Amino acid sequence: MMVKTIFSGFGGQGVLMMGYALAHGAMSAGYNVTFLPAYGAEVRGGTANCTVAVSDDEIASPIASKPDNIVVLNTPSLSTFQNRLAPGGALFLNSSIIDVEPSRHDVRIFKIPSSEMAEKLGNPRTANTVMMGAFLKITGLVPPDIFLSSMETIMGSKKKSVIEINHKAFEAGHEFLKIAE
Amino acid sequence: MNKVLMQGNKIIGEAAIRAGCRFYAGYPITPQNEIPEYMSERLRQEEGGVFVQSESEVAAIHMVIGASAAGARAMTSSSSPGISLKQEGISSMAACELPAVIVNMMRGGPGLGNISPSQGDYFQATRGGGHGDYRIIVLGPDSAQELADLTMDAFDLADQYRTPVMILADGMMGQMMEPVVFKTPKPRVYPESFIMKGAGAGKSKIIRGLILDPLDMEEHNWTLDRKYQVIAQKETRHELYNTDDAELILVAYGTGARIAKGAIKRLRESGLRVGLFRPITLWPFPTNELRDLAKKVENFLVFEMSTGQMVEDVRLAIQGRARIGFHGRPGGVVPTPVELANVVMRKYDSKAGIIDHF
Repeated sequence: MMVKTIFSGFGGQGVLMMGYALAHGAMSAGYNVTFLPAYGAEVRGGTANCTVAVSDDEIASPIASKPDNIVVLNTPSLSTFQNRLAPGGALFLNSSIIDVEPSRHDVRIFKIPSSEMAEKLGNPRTANTVMMGAFLKITGLVPPDIFLSSMETIMGSKKKSVIEINHKAFEAGHEFLKIAE
Repeated sequence: MNKVLMQGNKIIGEAAIRAGCRFYAGYPITPQNEIPEYMSERLRQEEGGVFVQSESEVAAIHMVIGASAAGARAMTSSSSPGISLKQEGISSMAACELPAVIVNMMRGGPGLGNISPSQGDYFQATRGGGHGDYRIIVLGPDSAQELADLTMDAFDLADQYRTPVMILADGMMGQMMEPVVFKTPKPRVYPESFIMKGAGAGKSKIIRGLILDPLDMEEHNWTLDRKYQVIAQKETRHELYNTDDAELILVAYGTGARIAKGAIKRLRESGLRVGLFRPITLWPFPTNELRDLAKKVENFLVFEMSTGQMVEDVRLAIQGRARIGFHGRPGGVVPTPVELANVVMRKYDSKAGIIDHF
């Protein structure tokens, strides 16, 4: 098994955090992982993206020419990455911000209003965690309890309230797709 | 076993500190900035730890010379254009037989080039790099785990042979996160007599690279050369991957080898018998080991993220005993395993079971 995912959005939306948390969770679940951020002359408000590979075998290349999943938090990311997605792959998009329809019809599309949901929970900055809840619901790459304990490890020094709101955000995303179905 | 998920650059920093590195000097350049960032944070937590963000790359390498002469395990890091600037100091360290670790996270070149991963500095690294008759040990890791292991080994090799040792990786190795387990470092073995710490009542000690008498300089050159010959005999390392039944063998190192392994997995699924020879020491190059392979395999394909540099060492090793092809992507392009698999597939006609002319 080898699953590659690209996360993309505005700088500051927590795109790298999503990838890092997935990689950490998958490592804790016993998988081989690689996390590759796009690096370079990035600016605040510009786009950020990262690629995570999860496999039960040795991972040869951390680059995804044909990712199995893409998670996009803004419109420019959708246009940049949707054509790379493997046929039959899963496309997760933040429908609070993305107001255009994907052009792909051969993929599974999941629209999650993650920014609005995060705002309702009281912290708009948890939109990325809402998205992770939905993402793991569909892909099942990492069991939720392992993912959440990985997030706690990563946020180690943060306040308890930050961890709690992220738990809630994750659950909201996880539940959202069940309700939608 | 304590497995952690870390970025390549930070792994190098952590491995260096665990190996006893207590002096770091460097000047910022992408894609290795996380090394000085990490060292600035961690070295101040260590007793006797010194971190300097120097005014230039030239200053940094000369600070490392001073720290090394004074007996510290010392390191500097940079990326391609910055490594060019350090060559004067590296040459001096070779002349003075001073140990140190130099990290080059290669980026696209020549000139300032770009900040993408590349393998264009192979010639510079494996031929000494600076002026004069010398070599340095060059290690080419291809995973987070090897970044950790080889960084620790680099300090031991530097002390053992009193020579600069280079870790030659690239932007992708530096930026990528992978799980890593840090091994227990070996205790340092480095005689006090080499260290400049005040003569006391004894004779003055001088460490210098300026030897004006040509006959003395010649003798020093031969002394160094004998040392390099011992290193070449004893310190080569390589990995064989799926070579037992291979009809065609890829030769690649570092990130290139990662891509090659991905290509080989695909090719094997289509029934093509392809393997990989991966040099881990780039100097000394595992010449004899590759030559032995050429006794039973007729076709080699060298893959590098350059226009072709290591391919010269492959030709020197194989000496016409087998056919050698080349595929390169210079300038900061990182090709996919699919692309490399397609290249191999064109050379290797699976239906006829024969390999096309290169």
